[in-house]
Amino acid sequence: MVKSLNTFKELKDVCEKNNLKIWQVTQDYEAELAETSVDEIRTIVKKSLVAMKEAIKTGLTSKEMSISGMCGDDCDRLQKRFLVEDSIFGRTFEKITTYALATVEENLRMGKIVACPTAGSCAIVPSVLVGVAENLNISEEEQLNALITVGTIGRIISNKVALAGAVAGCQAECGVASAMSAGALTQMRGGDINQILNAVALALKNLLGLTCDPVCGLVEIPCVKRNPFLAIHAVTASELALAGIETKIPIDEVVDALAQTGQLMSPMLKESSQAGLATTKTALALKDKLFK
Amino acid sequence: MKQSSIIDIISPIMVGPSSSHTAGAVRLGLLAKNIYNAVPKKVTFKLYNSYAQTGKGHGTDKGLLAGVLGLGVDDVRIRNIFESDIAKSIEYEFQYFEDFNRHPNAVDFIFEGERNLKISGNSVGAGEIEITKINDFSVNLTGKYNTLLLVYKDVPNMISRVTNSIHVNIASFHCDRSAKGQDASMCITVDGEINQKVIDFLSLIDDVYMISYIKKLES
Ligand code: SF4
Repeated sequence: MVKSLNTFKELKDVCEKNNLKIWQVTQDYEAELAETSVDEIRTIVKKSLVAMKEAIKTGLTSKEMSISGMCGDDCDRLQKRFLVEDSIFGRTFEKITTYALATVEENLRMGKIVACPTAGSCAIVPSVLVGVAENLNISEEEQLNALITVGTIGRIISNKVALAGAVAGCQAECGVASAMSAGALTQMRGGDINQILNAVALALKNLLGLTCDPVCGLVEIPCVKRNPFLAIHAVTASELALAGIETKIPIDEVVDALAQTGQLMSPMLKESSQAGLATTKTALALKDKLFK
Repeated sequence: MKQSSIIDIISPIMVGPSSSHTAGAVRLGLLAKNIYNAVPKKVTFKLYNSYAQTGKGHGTDKGLLAGVLGLGVDDVRIRNIFESDIAKSIEYEFQYFEDFNRHPNAVDFIFEGERNLKISGNSVGAGEIEITKINDFSVNLTGKYNTLLLVYKDVPNMISRVTNSIHVNIASFHCDRSAKGQDASMCITVDGEINQKVIDFLSLIDDVYMISYIKKLES
């Protein structure tokens, strides 16, 4: 019986003591928890991976606008640019940013996506995982392992913070999505547990305080463009961690800081659209036009 | 501490745009429907705080209605639910409130029909939900377990009579009462299934006013 895995320290201890990877410890733990087999757990995880890839595929070919008409055609714009000019960061950057826009735009037109951890932040994990896996020829089994690690990181954070903009701001949605991606990417690239947890901490630390101030109360502005930005943020964190750069504040304490920052954040900046971008002159004009 | 699962983080597979405001709304609707367990004539949805302020833009109204009508969170018909034929089978109405004593994403369902029932719940993030009140009794339902709910007269030995009969492992147990000797409620979440015969048997106990077996959510 696995005892408890509620903090990153506990996770690390179990991994190191038994010489196992995060995904191995987690799939055993989850199978035991659900009284099922490891295969069954991997089948459920695979369903999410498949749905993520479908959303990317559908999103890449659609230009349909959201119901509000504010967003929906930026993925097309980005793809067109990369056809004529390469990104300064190369093909992986191109894939991650276009896949992120493809997925997040699919979400706002009420298409089918995987909330990971939430719908507004649904594009960060798939764009990083799938974009990198395609470019580095990473096997499906390795992608599943990465997605299990994504879930593990999110689960441990969610023990202390509800992953909802309305409760703790966007740091708990896109911020956590970016941190989960950073850890999983580091694993896919062969990082050890210290490097993985450093990547998570580095990504999260640099997103503390991120508010949730959606314009017109819709999951569109700033959510859509925030997804490709924070997908790349995850890559930065992973690269630093793989170089052996360490967080001075341990990951569990960073999560405490996240929770505290979420509590102290004004309710006006937590999905209620009462401040920030949502009450700028232009946002209010958009709102007038939309709800007239 | 309650054991959470990685599956909660990498799911649900759902139609957008918001896990708390769209998928959470569908799941609240589905669970409320399972609790009511009949076809209502009319449902009034009371939306509070963030659900009231930003609900329309997130399709919260569509989600709540779709759930009450039995659609899953990944059903692409949600998008056009108001125009669909399935929505013509019942009457419905939406009302909007501000009440900071309530959760940011709170909703009341007022079911009218063969029996009337008021069900209150919250969308607590990442598509997760909780039903906190049925009529005036506090309960704690998340849709993750099959649940037996009883409303009964507060008399001694009721709890042991029930728990001795159900023959399944209990995951959680929650009791509430209006006052000593008055109405009381018992909310038991279980692993596995409770036999229908057991439920029929329990419903024969004199002091049981209402018994309801609420299925866990598949969506
Ligand atoms: S800004 Fe708010 S609604 Fe948009 S993704 Fe972030 S938390 Fe979600």
